Parts: sequence; C-alpha cells; structure tokens
Amino acid sequence: MKPVTFLFVVVSLALAAGCAPAQPAARTSLVVFAASSLTEAITELEQVFEAQNPGVDVQLNFANSNTLAEQIAQGAPADVFASAALAFMTRLEENGQVDARETRIFARNQMSVILPKSNPANLTSLSDLARPGVKLVLGAREGPQGAYVERLLTNLSAAPGFDPEFKQQVYHNVVSYESTVKGVVTKVALGEADAGIAYVTDAKSDADTLTTLPIPPEYNLVADYPIAPLKDAPNRAMAQALVEFILSPAGQQILAKYGFLPPGE
Amino acid sequence: MSNNLEIALQSKQLRRAGQPGSKPDWFNRLWTLAAAPMLLLFFIPVAAIFLRLSPTDFVRSLTDPAAVQAVQLSLTTSLVSLGLILLLGTPAAYVLYRRRGRLHWLLDTLVDLPTVLPPAVAGVALLIAFGREGVVGQALRQVGITIPFTGAAVVLAQMFVAAPLYIRSAALGFAAVDCELKQAAALDGASRWQVFRYIMLPMSAAPIISGSMMAWARVLGEFGATIIFAGNLAGRTQTMPLAIYIGFENNLNVALALSAILILVSSLLLVLLKVVINRRLNGD
Repeated sequence: MKPVTFLFVVVSLALAAGCAPAQPAARTSLVVFAASSLTEAITELEQVFEAQNPGVDVQLNFANSNTLAEQIAQGAPADVFASAALAFMTRLEENGQVDARETRIFARNQMSVILPKSNPANLTSLSDLARPGVKLVLGAREGPQGAYVERLLTNLSAAPGFDPEFKQQVYHNVVSYESTVKGVVTKVALGEADAGIAYVTDAKSDADTLTTLPIPPEYNLVADYPIAPLKDAPNRAMAQALVEFILSPAGQQILAKYGFLPPGE
Repeated sequence: MSNNLEIALQSKQLRRAGQPGSKPDWFNRLWTLAAAPMLLLFFIPVAAIFLRLSPTDFVRSLTDPAAVQAVQLSLTTSLVSLGLILLLGTPAAYVLYRRRGRLHWLLDTLVDLPTVLPPAVAGVALLIAFGREGVVGQALRQVGITIPFTGAAVVLAQMFVAAPLYIRSAALGFAAVDCELKQAAALDGASRWQVFRYIMLPMSAAPIISGSMMAWARVLGEFGATIIFAGNLAGRTQTMPLAIYIGFENNLNVALALSAILILVSSLLLVLLKVVINRRLNGD
C-alpha cells in the first residue's frame, strides 16, 4: 500500500469512528472503587441500584483499599470510593480529591478467626492459635486489615488467660502473608492453612466451607468503612445518589445480610 | 542451527553488497525511525528504574533484611530449580526429540502448555494438585509431607513455568545432531549410551546451555504461581519478585533496588546467551 493510500485509509477510519451515531439511549456509567471485603455486598447493591436506575451502568473495581487509593491518587477515573479504613479516605481528602464533608461511614466490620470446616489442627479456642506448628495465614501486615489484626493480638496478649507472648507466638506460626484478605479466606477455605484472621463478613460469605472461633467483643476491633463521591467524578449527581442509596434503609439491609454492622451514631 | 548459519552468512553478504557508495541510505534510516517507538517502549521503563534509584538508596535498600532474604532465597531456590530442571528435563527432552509413539503430539503439547498458561493458572493448578487437600497432596500428607508454604513449593512453581524453555531448546539441539555422525559412531561399535554421552550431548551443548540460561532467567522472574502456591513469607517463600510486589505497597526503594538487580542479572544472562550462540554460529 502506498503511504498516501494508507494515510487516506487511516483518516477515513478515524472519521467514520467520529461520525458513528451515538448508541441508542446512551448508558451512564458509574465507576465504583471498593475494598475487596465489600465484594459480595456491593455487587448486590449494584444490581438493586441498576434496577432502580435504568440507563445507569455501575462498574465495580475491587482491590485492597491501599491500592485503590493509590490508583485514584494517580488519576484513575472513579466516581465513588468505598474504603475498608478511614486512613485511605483521609489520604484522598488531603489530596483534594474528596470533600471531607461528603465522607460518610456506611458500614462497620469486625475481625473473625476462620478455620476450614474440617478443622485439621483441632483448634478449639483462640489461645490454640499460639500452639507451635499451627499453620496460620494472615493479611499483609502493612495493609489496613494487618493493622487491625495486630491490635487484636495486642489486646489478647494483655487479656486474662492469655500468654503475654501470645502475639509473638501467633506471628511465629504465620506461613504466609497474603496481599488481600480474600487471599486469606481462599487459602483457609481450601484447607491449606489451619486458620486465618479475616473479617466477620468473609466468614459469613464462605459459611459452607468455614467455621469460626469466637472473639470476645471486648477485645475485638471495629473497622469503620467510609464512602464518598469523588470531587471530579464525571457523573457526580449519580455518584451522590449511589452513596445515598447505600446509606438508605434498603441499602443498609443488604449490607446487614452480608454481616456488616450498621454505622455507629 | 545450520539453517541459521546460512541465513547469517547470506545476510552478511547482502549487507556488504548493499554498501556501495556514500549515498545516504534513506530506506534504512526510515526503518530505524519507524522502529524507534517500539524500542523506546522497552528502553524508557528500564532506564527509569535506574534514574529513579540513587546509588545511596540502592546500597541502603540492599541492607534491608527483607531484601537480603529475598536475594538469598531467589538465589538458592533458582539454583535448586535449575539443577532439577537439568536432571529431570533432559530425559523429557530426549523423549520429545525421539518423537516415538502415537501419543507423541500429546506429550509435545503438554510440554508447551506451561509456557502459554498464565502463571496464576499454574499456581492454582499446583495448589489443587499438591496442596494439603490436593489430589497428590493428600497422599503426601499421610507420609508427613506438606508442600504449600515451603521452599519446595517455590521450587515446584519455578520448575513448572520454566522447565519447558529448557526442554524445548535441548530437544531441538538433539534433533539437530547429524544422523550420519550417530550412525558412524554406532558402526564403530559405540553403545547407544556412548552415542548420547560422547556425540549428542557435546554437539548440542550450545542449545542446552542457552536453554538453561533462558530457564534460569524465567525462574528468577517467577511470581504468579509462587504467590498462589507457596504463599508470601519473608525468608521462607518470599522471592525477589514477591518482595518487589509487596514492597511496591510499602517500601518503594526496596522494590526499586530489587528490580534493578533483576534487570542487571537478566541482562547479563541474555548477553551470555548471545555469546554462546554467536560462538556456535561462528565456530563449527
């Protein structure tokens, strides 16, 4: 093909693309970046919201909150951010990408010790986690959940009936730090690890393969989940509508179904 | 190989023929210009790592215990993997080269499969097979062996993804050995083992060496299968690529320093590879 002919073809293709008629009833797309622990709950919320708002196409992107906040800070196009910890929302507020007055706590979560149903290490109480030889899988220590786990273990080390060295002993039993909490759940559900520490909601979502060890509420931690529309969301009105829907009784009911606690007053 | 040699010779002659006067060679300049974007895409990111990483940061990151552990672990596991690939891969290459049996095409495809599979698939498959609850893993557990989350898992993952590179190269090397040479040796009374040991092995040294280097480079870079099958624990299963991934989220300098090392080592391997191949082409 001669260069001139080639140029002609390229230009006409570009023109054709530009002139193509808009798709009938253009769908508004709304991009939601959500912490991976929200996967099941937000997916159902998405379906209900889309059913109520025909013409809106909600697209979900799940990863750990740290990664999501980093991606948004680097300019990833998102309309709504739902984080598993306040720190990452604060980072975007300081970055000028989220209006602090628009940040709302929409759910809360707690830690849960999960075991495969077969309970291969025969664990019966939390203190068994420190027993030598138990294979534990935890979330990355640097992630938000890793920080909660560390505080939980610190609390338990100071609790009556626990060895003061409990925390060190538990960390000594770790065979892998997974990059997401979902990774912890999968490894435990497959029976590869004897136990893991995940969110209450994770234990609930895999109830047929997992059991749990109860954590006394006075030592457990409450993780606040904040949500906010982004300041330069391409579709701010719809982004705000989605946040309102998630905070509404209908939205809260769906979150409760997956084990989330309502936001504290 | 002889084919390659002919092509190389031909292109050399053509190149000589194509340099008559001092007339500017517009045709070739245009090609160079057109190739520049592609080459820059390779060059810029690699260069960016070294631009971003100051020498002092590089040295400081290398004293970080997580980085030191990752380098040590990568070195030991990759050498063990390479040794096992040579030991177990050579017979596989021989079987592939012989092309015997009706199911040969099946073996051929099987050996190529890991090269085209995403490493994540390899990781899931290995976990399902050799995990505690896996098909083979359950049996191993009866005799007290558990593989996931151990150095053995790291080695298995590395072998799974990298061995095909060696096997393929060695099989091609065996196939390129002149049949008459083998027949002549056999006529002179060499046993089949002697033919293999004294004719085939030395004559396919170059593809065997280049195949091992490619496999080693691939082993050093293995990430997806390792993090799924072997997990991530500093000092036990956290190899350099895993430390880079985890480090990217909390300690960028360590991630950069380890990336720089991997780039340097891989480049060195590739340069050595070209030396081996060139010597082979110019030699016999």
